[in-house]
Amino acid sequence: MQPFTYRRVDTVAGTRAALLEDPQARMIAGGTTLLDLVKAGVERPAVVIDINHLPLAAIEVTPERVRIGALARNSDVADDATIAREFPVLAQALAAGASGQLRNMATVGGNLLQRTRCAYFRDNVSRCNKRVPGSGCDARDGINRAHAVLGTSEACIAAHPSDMAVALAALDATIVVRREDGEVRFTFDAFYCLPENSPERETVLEHGDVIVAVEIATAPHQRHSRYLKLRDRASYEFALVSVAAGLGFAEDGTIARSSLALGGLGTVPWRARDAERVLGGAASSPELFRRAADAALAGAVSTPQNAFKVELGKRAIVRVLTTLAERLP
Amino acid sequence: MIRCSLRINGSVRAVDLEAETTLLDALREHAGLTGTKKGCDRGQCGACTVLIDGRRVLSCLTLAVMHDGEDVTTIEGLAGDAGLHPMQQAFVEHDAFQCGFCTSGQIMSAVGLLAEGRARDTAAIREGMSGNICRCGAYPNIVDAISSVAEYGI
Repeated sequence: MQPFTYRRVDTVAGTRAALLEDPQARMIAGGTTLLDLVKAGVERPAVVIDINHLPLAAIEVTPERVRIGALARNSDVADDATIAREFPVLAQALAAGASGQLRNMATVGGNLLQRTRCAYFRDNVSRCNKRVPGSGCDARDGINRAHAVLGTSEACIAAHPSDMAVALAALDATIVVRREDGEVRFTFDAFYCLPENSPERETVLEHGDVIVAVEIATAPHQRHSRYLKLRDRASYEFALVSVAAGLGFAEDGTIARSSLALGGLGTVPWRARDAERVLGGAASSPELFRRAADAALAGAVSTPQNAFKVELGKRAIVRVLTTLAERLP
Repeated sequence: MIRCSLRINGSVRAVDLEAETTLLDALREHAGLTGTKKGCDRGQCGACTVLIDGRRVLSCLTLAVMHDGEDVTTIEGLAGDAGLHPMQQAFVEHDAFQCGFCTSGQIMSAVGLLAEGRARDTAAIREGMSGNICRCGAYPNIVDAISSVAEYGI
């Protein structure tokens, strides 16, 4: 690995100060993305700031919401009884990601900032607008079977790799960030940036910002939620397509509330609000779910290699919604 | 160089490390414990699995200096005075390896899996062990070995 300076911090304020001293400083928590990319030569930090000793690993529960500290490990969140009861979609998404070892290391904050698995981003040789802005995109005419079909641009078609973030998108999570002397709160919709002409900018975070927590409001339709992940292997593989969904029903059996988000399909964790509008107030039926799925993928732009993802995504949506409707809470 | 005190298999070793030294390299190159294997060095194969404070992690994707003062357990620390650890014994009895390169990672991961309480049945064992690749394909016997320990206890 390339050399860097190591610093250990024990306060959020100290973390901000250390970051702001050097534009090439990076935080390390689980390290599973950062060190992988340093070895690949993609990330080149001058300073690595160890934030593992910040007091940010707790999961705090109130009747209205759950606050998950940014340093909570993926496995601890997946195993938490409150998370499993209130937000099964999140527990399932976390359990479906990576391997047992990686889940013990990876943190919630780090998972939000996970970088794409696009081979052209990671190989440090190909043209990649995300890695070297303005250099071009070799994925567009390359091997792009696993790439995104939603939210793409001329500059970038890299898929966002996270499972957890897809569940958080469906859960309307809020991301709490320490900026200057206060906390700034971002709705999930406002946190990620579409690639457009600057795919190197992936979130609204500025250098020096520290994610301190993720908050999720409890709600009946989030209790009745599921995550479905489709991939080339049964385990330890990134999603080709994933679906996070929750349904809440009115007394007459119609759908009162719904949440739907997609993974593997988008350049960012993809909230399918068009599909939710189709579902709102309607009675469950195969036709309704298919119309919702069509709406979710209506804007898809595919390549010859990843065109299969559009139909696969629709069928995955129908399957999850059907399962939720059959197993009423 | 950073002076770092690593507690490996119960004994404390003071080592001077570059910041960028992974825990895996610290174990192999500085502590002389080569039982932990470097397979892919990218967090994809599981050969470098060790326990930190009892939890299984990948030693190739973490910096040694991050674990100053923490308890690291490697394959060398598993056997006690009474002989092999039950998981080691089970791997021998079930012929759960061929070339052996992945084996220390498999065993450390299996011990971690059982500590997590996730080895409920063979399907759960397969899922829980998916981060450990065996290029010889000894998976059926690996699952048998872990099942036998899960069933009869460590």
